[in-house]
Amino acid sequence: MSAEVHSRGSIRRRLMLQLLLGAAVLAIALFFIVQSLARQLAEESQDNILAAAVSAILDTTSVRDGEIQLDLPYSAFSMLSNISNDRVFYSVRFGDDFVTGYNDLPTVPKDDGFGPWFDTATYQGDEVRIVTAERRLASRGKPLAVEVTLAQTRDGQRDQLRWISQIAAALGSGFFISVAVLAALTARSSISPILRLTKSVSRRGPKDLRPVAAPVPHEMAPLVAALNSFMDRLKNSLTRSEEFIADAAHRVRTPLATVRTQAEITYRRVEKDENRASIREMIRAIDESSRAAGQLLDHAMVTFRTDHLEQEVIDLNSLADEMIERLHPMAELREIELVLVQQNAVSTVGDTILLQSALRNVLDNAIKYSPADSTVTLCVSLDAGMAHLTTTDCGIGLPEEDAESLKSRFARGANVEGVIGSGLGLTIADEVARAHGGYLTIANNSKGPGACVTLSFPLQ
Amino acid sequence: MRHLIISLAVILLPISASAFEIEERVVFGAESNPQTLRVISTGDVRVFEPMISGFLAENPAVTVDYTVVSSSELMKAIGIEEATFDVAISSAMDLQTKLANDGFTAPYSSQATDALPEWARWRQDLFAFTQEPAAVVLSKDAFAGLPMPQSRQDLISLLRQHPDRFQGKIGTYDLRDSGLGYLFATQDSRTSEVYWRLTEVMGALDAKLYCCSSHMINDVASGKLAIAYNVLGSYALSRVDKDRFVVMLPSDFTTVMMRTALIPQNAQNKELAEPFVDYLLQVAWNKTGQHSQQPYDSTAMLAEREDSLRRIRLGPGLLIFLDEYKKRSFLTAWENAILQE
Repeated sequence: MSAEVHSRGSIRRRLMLQLLLGAAVLAIALFFIVQSLARQLAEESQDNILAAAVSAILDTTSVRDGEIQLDLPYSAFSMLSNISNDRVFYSVRFGDDFVTGYNDLPTVPKDDGFGPWFDTATYQGDEVRIVTAERRLASRGKPLAVEVTLAQTRDGQRDQLRWISQIAAALGSGFFISVAVLAALTARSSISPILRLTKSVSRRGPKDLRPVAAPVPHEMAPLVAALNSFMDRLKNSLTRSEEFIADAAHRVRTPLATVRTQAEITYRRVEKDENRASIREMIRAIDESSRAAGQLLDHAMVTFRTDHLEQEVIDLNSLADEMIERLHPMAELREIELVLVQQNAVSTVGDTILLQSALRNVLDNAIKYSPADSTVTLCVSLDAGMAHLTTTDCGIGLPEEDAESLKSRFARGANVEGVIGSGLGLTIADEVARAHGGYLTIANNSKGPGACVTLSFPLQ
Repeated sequence: MRHLIISLAVILLPISASAFEIEERVVFGAESNPQTLRVISTGDVRVFEPMISGFLAENPAVTVDYTVVSSSELMKAIGIEEATFDVAISSAMDLQTKLANDGFTAPYSSQATDALPEWARWRQDLFAFTQEPAAVVLSKDAFAGLPMPQSRQDLISLLRQHPDRFQGKIGTYDLRDSGLGYLFATQDSRTSEVYWRLTEVMGALDAKLYCCSSHMINDVASGKLAIAYNVLGSYALSRVDKDRFVVMLPSDFTTVMMRTALIPQNAQNKELAEPFVDYLLQVAWNKTGQHSQQPYDSTAMLAEREDSLRRIRLGPGLLIFLDEYKKRSFLTAWENAILQE
């Protein structure tokens, strides 16, 4: 049974989401940075070539007899066609006069400085990059500027940029995909200490309240420290309550013994039948109470000892012998015969006192639920690497449906109305068996009435 | 394939209303066909006929209206008057480049245009379909007893050694009249200074100036000329009397002109022009099948001189020599060299 846990959000999902978001932002930034860098570079290289071409043209200009002389260099245009197959336009002006080229080609407005001056404009329906440069020549004794304008379309640049954009997009998505994979791995690995801790805590037995000793990342140290201190407090509190119960049981048992003695003495003194009957009833109740107190003590002891389990070799045959011996008087009282069946030498490793307690409770149950004048058999055997102590009685047996649940504390069968019991006997036996790495099996006899309870322990 | 032509109507129209001068106009295919492809070209009808017939065989519902003009008239028709033609074919690479540069062309790209070598195409506007060398045609009679020159240097020394023999017997283009001659001359001058030396030598020997390759070849064949410089090799080799002369591709360098096709911006039937250009390019560049329809095929001639070929590069560089100032100064230098009165 586990308490419902309210969970909201997921560390892994949040980590993934944040990493992916960051990666997406970076990928998009990368795309635009590469693209704008490429554009800048392409524009710069076109400007450089235009500037070189225009100055090559300017270098060929001179004035003779007031007339402009011009020898357009082939290289000026062929260098433009080296980078791309773009269309080229030019115009040459001398002073205010148009000399040659494309008369309607716009020129770049000249601001301060020596130029060349650049501009982007539309000419003949296409975007063109324009450069204008000038040079001062002396004509008839006064300076006059020759101005050369060169323009080139940008188709090649556009193609180049389209190509670079595709590469940048591929780069960006590649980056994003690799980061996504890394993010998934990172999220998984950063969550793994938590999963490890969860696993190690949930793997523990119900009684295991030791502090977590395995190393954890230091971010988790406070959580583990809190968990450890919580478990420590829980353990202390459990111990205290067990001690309290044991103490209480002990304190109740001793006065009960006195009360019983007094009741027996009184029983002998009274003569009226109805008084004797009520005193008999009283003694029976006292017996049950002291039995319950004994079992509570047993249980507290079992709880305590399983925490610090002693490891000694125990001969199960002699253990069984001793226990039959000890219970003999009680069985005889109800005219029940105890039979011990032994086959081989069987021994296990564990805590003698616990094993005694377990076996006593099982046998005690068997005797209690058996009818008078019947037989309870204890059989010591070994099979499949386990040692078995099987107790068979001829009692009322068990209700079929809840055999397993009888192992839990204070649980009693549905068919035991009228027989006084605490419901702790099988719990004790079960806890002892499990503390030793064994188990308790409860079943009805395959032949005839009665129950069959087996304590199994690993062999030595 | 030729029998597929439904009819071949040769109509020598009077000069029509248009201002550009038409030399010849031929309509291939039935005039009743629903679609007419209008081609303006500088190439002879005779030379293009096999190619056009091949195209019509594949497109029987089309009529091809083929108009022959000079290269400067073609420039005028497309670039100034903006007459409506669907395909313009010209040998004037510089003028074609100017048309493309100045936005008079419609870009087109297809598998056929993409397959062209880099130098046979400019942008998506100009597509070359021939390679024709500028050759020197030498009369066998005139060179009897002399070693045949292989380069311009050879030619210069021969002319210097035998001035009497070649006086007045050298022919070359008049650059003032011939666009092709001007293109060859400007490209020669870019490649080597030897061009100017040769021009001066030719000028000193009283070179005759011609408008066209065919006239020069006629005069070499008839013995009037001993040497014709920068003649279209493809013309010379297609002559029936070609055994009278030697067609020499100079080993120092051979300038190669490429005829180009373009689709004008204002073409009315681009959907016809495009397959026509594709067909033309396939005929020209595929070495198999329809290659026999190739106009001005000079492949065999060029193969021998692959190393010395200087293909004229399509591109804005060609605009330089079209510039008035540049042209004026180049022609002045040329006149000084060739006209030594």
